[in-house]
Amino acid sequence: MANLVSSIQFADPYFSVLLLLIIAVGMSVGFVFLSQALGPRKYDRIKYSVYECGVDPFTSASVRVSVKFYLVALLFLLFDLETAFLYPWAVLFRDLGLFGFIEMTIFVGILLVGLVYAWKKGALDWQ
Amino acid sequence: MAPISIDAAALLTSVQSIVPEIIVVATAIFVLLLDLAISEEKKHLLCGMGLLGIGVALFSVYALGQGRIEGFSGMIVHDGMGAFFDVVILSACALTFLMATGYSEWEGTHKGEFYSLILLSTSGMMFMAKGTDLMTVFLGLETLSIPIYVLVGFHRNRMSSLEGALKYFLLGAFASGFLLYGIALIYAVTGTTKIPVLATMLYDPRILASPLFLAGTGLLLVGFAFKVSLVPFHMWTPDAYEGAPTVVTAFMSAAVKAAAFAALIRVLLVALPGMQPVLWKVLWGLAVLTMTVGNLSALVQNNVKRLLAYSSIAHAGYILVGLVSGDVLGGQASLFYLLVYAFMNMGAFGVVMLIAQKEDEGYDIANLAGIGFKYPALGALLTLFLISLGGIPPTAGFVGKFYLFSAAVKNGYIWLAVIGVLNSAASIYYYLRMVVYMYMVTPDVEVAVPRPPRILFSMALCASAVVVVVLGIIPRSVLEIAERSVLSLLM
Amino acid sequence: MMDPSAYLLLSGILFGIGVAGVVVRKNVLIILMSVEIMLNAVNVAFIAVGSHLGDVTGSVFAFMVMTVAAAEAAVGLAILIAIFRLKETIDITELSVLKW
Repeated sequence: MANLVSSIQFADPYFSVLLLLIIAVGMSVGFVFLSQALGPRKYDRIKYSVYECGVDPFTSASVRVSVKFYLVALLFLLFDLETAFLYPWAVLFRDLGLFGFIEMTIFVGILLVGLVYAWKKGALDWQ
Repeated sequence: MAPISIDAAALLTSVQSIVPEIIVVATAIFVLLLDLAISEEKKHLLCGMGLLGIGVALFSVYALGQGRIEGFSGMIVHDGMGAFFDVVILSACALTFLMATGYSEWEGTHKGEFYSLILLSTSGMMFMAKGTDLMTVFLGLETLSIPIYVLVGFHRNRMSSLEGALKYFLLGAFASGFLLYGIALIYAVTGTTKIPVLATMLYDPRILASPLFLAGTGLLLVGFAFKVSLVPFHMWTPDAYEGAPTVVTAFMSAAVKAAAFAALIRVLLVALPGMQPVLWKVLWGLAVLTMTVGNLSALVQNNVKRLLAYSSIAHAGYILVGLVSGDVLGGQASLFYLLVYAFMNMGAFGVVMLIAQKEDEGYDIANLAGIGFKYPALGALLTLFLISLGGIPPTAGFVGKFYLFSAAVKNGYIWLAVIGVLNSAASIYYYLRMVVYMYMVTPDVEVAVPRPPRILFSMALCASAVVVVVLGIIPRSVLEIAERSVLSLLM
Repeated sequence: MMDPSAYLLLSGILFGIGVAGVVVRKNVLIILMSVEIMLNAVNVAFIAVGSHLGDVTGSVFAFMVMTVAAAEAAVGLAILIAIFRLKETIDITELSVLKW
């Protein structure tokens, strides 16, 4: 443990943190002022037009997206991320055996309850 | 690779250590599914099922006893302290459900997700109070916070509710970022996130002197300070408390505070006593600031919900006094006060909820005018809860404060105790102001007509009142339980 | 085994950017993104240290943080949509029913 502690720090223990703080604070504050200082001064139509691979845009790009997309996106975000937990289990499926299977069944079962709830409440209907 | 062997006995102990939590989560899922199955008129069944689940969970806490059960290779432990906070949190949850029976009918929150979210949040609190690994503490904190964000904004058509939710959410997420970064830095220096292992690591003076570790501890503390709303991290509290549906406000003020303090006590008393000189000075300052700013801000409030929000900030300061004392007596006083605070504050919110006819408008202090003589029962109950909050004998609030401040004096923090007592005296002004409005101010128009309480609602109020009075007169046995809980932590 | 100090530095910078974003920006969506940057800065630190120590705790913690971040983002966006439906703005300075 002892060499671990010393290996994390630089030569002088206080130096690393000082550096860390200075760079972190400096960069974040610096960006704010930099954008103030270097930000655009000239406004013209071309500059604010939407860039679509060099082709003139047909319509305004900032159309309002239906709020239903958000709901689908939210549900996707939630259920999608749980897959991350399935991968380690899949890799070790044989080693974990029945215990892992039961645990994962409970996990997926709880997710399923969420899905059933969202479904029944009509969150998946487009209309 | 050889199959990973699962020790059946260890697994059984692990499951045993979280039986109350499993029951609460199962109830939450059941309530959610039940909501889909039953018709609109039968929604009160949901509340009943929730209460039943809480009852079973409370019984399981009782059945598990105060013995120490470690589970999941040291991630979680059911010890005396865990059991104590399980009881506090579950009682707060039960009171919330009892009050919700009436509130839901008036404000339209008879929904499966409402009860389910409260139960899920409760399970998160219980995990947080029992977590012995910073990972469990963090996951518990998030499991309790995320449902609360939703609950604060549950009235989707009231702007103040949504605004409170947004502010609470943004600052809460910001705070969990700090908490996590603190944990990451501590992990970087010590190579562990287990609280007991952390305690042994801190005998190494190089770790203690490491600036990364100091920064980590500081960030961890900031994260906790946000959750228990210590000044200067309290900005969200009045807004979230005012905007939230009042039942949720009551629940938040009692249960979230208890859970966050439970984790804080565990981290401070088990892992960090080695940081005594520096850290305790910081805590001293936070306690003084929190008490003073909370009380001074409460003096000028005219909205009862906001007033109680500031008073709850001040109370976080009082409870911190017990932690600053840093010994068993202080910890015991903090635990006792958290229990008492849950009952007296929820009781006060309950009465105010009945008197206020409508969210947003009914909570002006002028609305209390004339209530005292026209509705003697309500007036008497509110007076009882308020004098207990103010710390006047013979109520439990007085006993709690007495122990907190005497622990501070015993450990040589005389000034802290003096400031605390002065603050407590100042707080009596605004609590009594509400009482004066009830009994001595003649109303401009008519006396507000409180809502007729349901039987279950009245039961919640009476139970709170009984606890406040009984613990004010015979606190001995509960204080002993609190003492044993703190001792179980230090073993 | 590798030296985690460079990664810790990176995570410090990312965290700083996130904090600055939360403090400076007025658009709630951008603030949400900044919070996500903060959480991901934490992930960088956890994974770097975990891999340096050969300890899985760091990686597991990063998993948990990811999940929590997703749940937080979902709830935050939901609150945001509800506010937008009522008020047609997500500028934080225009939310002032309650005193700040």
